Amino acid sequence: MHISEGVLSTPILAAGAVLTAAGTAVGLRKLDYDHLMTVAILSAAFFVASLIHVPIGPTSVHLIFNGLLGAVLGWASFPAILVGLLLQAILFQFGGFTVLGVNTFDMAAPAVICALLFRPLMLRGGRSRVIGAFLCGSVSVLLATIFTSAALAFTDEGFIHAAEVLAVAHLPIMVAEGFFTVLIVGYLTKVRPDVFTSTYSNQFRRSGDCAMEER
Amino acid sequence: MIDEPFATGSSFLHKADPRAKLTAAVALSCILAVSPSPVGPALGLLAGAVCLVWAGLPAHAGRSLLRRLAAVNGFVAFLWVFLPFSTPGETAAVFGPLTATRQGLALAVLVTLKTNAIMCLFLALIATSDAASLGQAMHRLRVPPKLVFLFLFTYRFIHVIGDEQRRLFTAAKLRGFTPRTSLHTYKTLASLLAMVLVGAMRRAEMTRRSMLLRCFHGSFGTLRSFRLGLGEYALLTAAAIFAICLSALEVLHV
Repeated sequence: MHISEGVLSTPILAAGAVLTAAGTAVGLRKLDYDHLMTVAILSAAFFVASLIHVPIGPTSVHLIFNGLLGAVLGWASFPAILVGLLLQAILFQFGGFTVLGVNTFDMAAPAVICALLFRPLMLRGGRSRVIGAFLCGSVSVLLATIFTSAALAFTDEGFIHAAEVLAVAHLPIMVAEGFFTVLIVGYLTKVRPDVFTSTYSNQFRRSGDCAMEER
Repeated sequence: MIDEPFATGSSFLHKADPRAKLTAAVALSCILAVSPSPVGPALGLLAGAVCLVWAGLPAHAGRSLLRRLAAVNGFVAFLWVFLPFSTPGETAAVFGPLTATRQGLALAVLVTLKTNAIMCLFLALIATSDAASLGQAMHRLRVPPKLVFLFLFTYRFIHVIGDEQRRLFTAAKLRGFTPRTSLHTYKTLASLLAMVLVGAMRRAEMTRRSMLLRCFHGSFGTLRSFRLGLGEYALLTAAAIFAICLSALEVLHV
């Protein structure tokens, strides 16, 4: 879900840049050098994962995994997604410098919001894990779509129809994303439950957050 | 999977100090992106095309260049389907039930010019450096060190983890896995992706420990030294003059 360069208006570009700068500042402040390596390698893994084609009927889609990223990295999602998008710009020329702020915010803000909302549910186990993971995956794409469409729609009246089509086209991805998040979270909690705690809990040291670690 | 087809070459733009190129590209793309009239972006596109020719991209990069331009213009084409018809204004043409407006067409042209101008400048100035030297250039330009660290390490590990992911997929393929629209495919893909994350986690811990062992304390010393020569100053001056002209055009609403 990229908006390319030269499309958005100045106020939207500026707002995106400011919000992303703030989010990245928070993310970097909460990260110590001990966890930087984990964040770098996990964001590389998410970068690789988002390039994989998932067949749906006659076509295939790329998943975004920003919900899962949020659940694993917390506020560090902002710098992780910023770096991922910068690399996409440099390696594939998707997006560029001026839209970096808007594109990062569109994906990182939903990641953080969904992590805060659904992560506790996700780590509880049983049916609530399935529901939490599905919501985390699908709502993060829903919010990302809403933010992207809003950025287009607020730029100029003329973009409203394009924004609507963009939003509708992402509906199947929302479902696929939720479904995949459920499967991946299920696998990870069995094999490597500390994926969800090592970086995240470092940022939010509260009693409830470390339930997985204690278990 | 991930190669940098434009980063190899022997032109001035390939050899120039990445700090100068980065500064020029960021400044020019910001000015072009906020331009309200099509004159600036048209000049920008011309400048971008000149830079691309000047960069003398190797012959084997020609196809990737076209593919990248096509990918960006795909989004622009998507906007062309809607913009002329959904922008209110004077009627310019009527296609059946749809009316294209003059304002809508003008906006679509503006967006197309801006996108392609920034893209060409980006390709000529940024894609001609590899990501590692850009990371070092960002470090010298006072980008927060933690962000540069993340950038360099993510770049480094994309290749490693990409290899690992391919190894897992090859293993699945050898066992007769063919992706289809089925629950089995999704379960397999999800497990493979989860394994990629698990592998990444393990690797992160190993790398962190081995770097601690080698006395890593959070900052890189780079052996590479950048030098701003006469050519770089000329490039920066040209970019600055061009930027001032574009801003003047924008302010004067030409």
